[in-house]
Amino acid sequence: MSLIESKEKGLYCKQADVYIDPWKPVDKAIITHGHSDHSRKGHKAYACVHSSKAIIRHRLGPINVTSYAYGDSFTVNGVQFSFHPAGHIIGSAQIRVEYKGEVWVITGDYKLDDDGISEAYEQLQCHSFITESTFGLPVYNWPNQNEVYDDINNWWSENAEENKTSLLTAYSLGKAQRILHHLDVDIGPIYCHGAIANMNDALIEAGVKLPYYEKVTPELKPDDFKNALVLAPPAATGSAWMKRFKQVSIGVASGWMALRGARRRRGADRGFILSDHADWKGLNMAIKGTGAENIYPTHGYTSIFSKWLVAEGYNAQPIETAFIGESLEVETETP
Amino acid sequence: MKHFTDLFVALDQTTKTTVKVKALVRFFQQASDQDKVWVIALFSHRRPRRTVTTSLLREWAAEKANIPLWLFEETYHVVGDLAETIAKVIPNEDLKVDSNAVDLSGWIAYIMALKDEEEAIKKERILSAWDQLNMEERFLFNKLITGGFRVGVSQKLVTKALAKFTDKEENTIAHRLMGNWDPADISFEELILSESVSDDLSKPYPFYLAYALDGEPEDLGIPNDWVAEWKWDGIRGQLIRRKGEVFLWSRGEELVTDKYPEFDYLSSIDCPDFVIDGEILGYQDDMPLPFQQLQKRIGRKKVSKKTLADIPVVLMAYDLLEYNGEDIRTKSYEERRLLLKGLLPEFIFPDTKVILSQQQDFKSWDELAKLREESRERRTEGFMLKKKNSDYKTGRKRGDWWKWKIDPMTVDAVMIYAMRGHGRRANLYTDFTFAVWKGEELVSFAKAYSGLTDDEFREVSQFVKKNTIDRFGPVRAVKPELVFELAFEGINESSRHKSGIALRFPRIKRWRKDKKAKEADTLVYLQNLLQQ
Repeated sequence: MSLIESKEKGLYCKQADVYIDPWKPVDKAIITHGHSDHSRKGHKAYACVHSSKAIIRHRLGPINVTSYAYGDSFTVNGVQFSFHPAGHIIGSAQIRVEYKGEVWVITGDYKLDDDGISEAYEQLQCHSFITESTFGLPVYNWPNQNEVYDDINNWWSENAEENKTSLLTAYSLGKAQRILHHLDVDIGPIYCHGAIANMNDALIEAGVKLPYYEKVTPELKPDDFKNALVLAPPAATGSAWMKRFKQVSIGVASGWMALRGARRRRGADRGFILSDHADWKGLNMAIKGTGAENIYPTHGYTSIFSKWLVAEGYNAQPIETAFIGESLEVETETP
Repeated sequence: MKHFTDLFVALDQTTKTTVKVKALVRFFQQASDQDKVWVIALFSHRRPRRTVTTSLLREWAAEKANIPLWLFEETYHVVGDLAETIAKVIPNEDLKVDSNAVDLSGWIAYIMALKDEEEAIKKERILSAWDQLNMEERFLFNKLITGGFRVGVSQKLVTKALAKFTDKEENTIAHRLMGNWDPADISFEELILSESVSDDLSKPYPFYLAYALDGEPEDLGIPNDWVAEWKWDGIRGQLIRRKGEVFLWSRGEELVTDKYPEFDYLSSIDCPDFVIDGEILGYQDDMPLPFQQLQKRIGRKKVSKKTLADIPVVLMAYDLLEYNGEDIRTKSYEERRLLLKGLLPEFIFPDTKVILSQQQDFKSWDELAKLREESRERRTEGFMLKKKNSDYKTGRKRGDWWKWKIDPMTVDAVMIYAMRGHGRRANLYTDFTFAVWKGEELVSFAKAYSGLTDDEFREVSQFVKKNTIDRFGPVRAVKPELVFELAFEGINESSRHKSGIALRFPRIKRWRKDKKAKEADTLVYLQNLLQQ
């Protein structure tokens, strides 16, 4: 019997009767981070890190949640749980689980690069490592993030010169704040779609610092946006909400933009390769760094990535995520 | 390579034609003449001959990236583009060489020079090139080898940009780009600029292509202004005789004279020179042969006596573009037809291979609609409607010529296999195999790729992922649950398919969410269509 098992409701620790990021309602849930496919509604009790609490409350309303500092631990029936930075978004954590000297780590989502706004990834050691593998193919190699920020600012300033609005889509939690943090505020005004602005409010309340921006409201006229950069969630681009912009260039910031096909499919004018997940090199480095023998990839190209790890000498086996099987291009509000 | 890379990035980043034309014009202003010629060539499907096989490229790329070949192949299936996969699995290291020292034509010459080299040398040179290029350039370099620059740039767009850049008429440029020219030994001056039209006797005219009629024929006005011709089910061709030499071009701008020796005799008869627009058509006993028969000749370089006897070919002539050395495309359709009619009897020696495509008399659109119902038994695809006073235009234009095709046949079929698409749709399952019922068993009979929206493809892809029951390489067998209505243009017997039939142009018409697999059609239904 493994310390952590993959059950119908999610990853489960039987010894402690605790689930990690369960997708169906349970009694006790430890949450790695605030994205909606990891923190779902309906659990009786939630545990997460302090900075994640505001996010989860913002999403799920008044729930019963206990929060911890990174590094803090608690023990249930002899099993010790602790939270460690995953570098994915603000408040994201890897969950370390120890029982009678055996150590498991569940990464949730993670990236190795320090994005300047999320708590930076901590390399843990363990025996068994449940790792995400969203971008577990050798074609996914991220460019230097500072070059990408430069590209975004250059694109914005070129558009601004032509009095064109720059509309950049990014997930409302994580990516949006990361980009906000690196925008060159001298180029022009910055606006955020309501969904992002609301998330920002929750984060600012929790102590996160963000540059000045305005919320897109119905009173604003097309001219107000002419040299602006507007941040919006991906779903907004196909909606009536877009009609308020006259001359607009659409950019997409996502790891999926690494492939031409994906970018052309979105019909975006510009794709910026910016991801909050580990790339191929990052995944392999993290796995090596744990010293673990047993690796369980989940999310993304799990079967291909597992086969690769086996060839590399690991004990690797994919964990299929419920509902979506092996995940198709993740178009929902996750990475 | 910088100008070309910039051009590619600019083209790839927009869907707006005005922006694309602008980028092309900027390239023509900056690039060397030889690079200009190559860009024109690449975007009009003239690519350098392949000097390295793709299987070698895959092997070397996997080795260079330090990954096993199977992982490279799996990755390629996800990416859907070989040149891109290679470019991206190779780690980006600091470049030691300035890749801009070599321009586009330089790299093409580099690739062409590999032709007769041994494998070891080829490998050394390709790996060395990969080392010298950054990721974007590496991708383009690989594309030069593997071919297929699909960035939504048509020959028409290149023509437009060239016209702008040189201040010439688009029609003039379009004509110059036609025919047989080799980018490796033609200068920009010869191809585009020089005033004297080249003495290339074989040069064809750009074809005038029609759109499908989107409304009712009544909307076109009074029938008396229009002429109807059967729409033949062959391949469009241009038959040229100049100074006694005969050339036959297909619509794909391929010189196919050698494949159809039927027309050789035209070089020795006594008549004025001409350029005829028509349909290359299998034809026997005063009836067109099914397209499938003609297809057996299309792929073949050399034709045997037996093939010539079994599948005789004619040119169904419908227009005359040049007469006695004079370009007559600006004369009215009626005048051109009159000249054509006068010319054709000269060909009857001993037995004509060029037949006048007859015009159908009709007094009302209703009358023509009734006649159109005979299309299938006449082995035609419906009617072409042409305006009597129209000139012969360049490329696909609305207004004077319309295709009025008959409705396709349809069948409800069950999807049983799925494969990932390529390019824009890589990562989605878009290539499906369909089956119909034969008793209690499903037999596959057709593949189709197109016809669903991106959203529908996404939904079907989710289904495929959740309902895979078996895998064969990139192909997934799925639970036979989804029913689709397929449309197709024709049906034939086939010994190659298990079902014994083959469809022509099958495509997905719609997703029959209202139907269960059991309600799909049977093989008997298709066999009955075959009898008709």
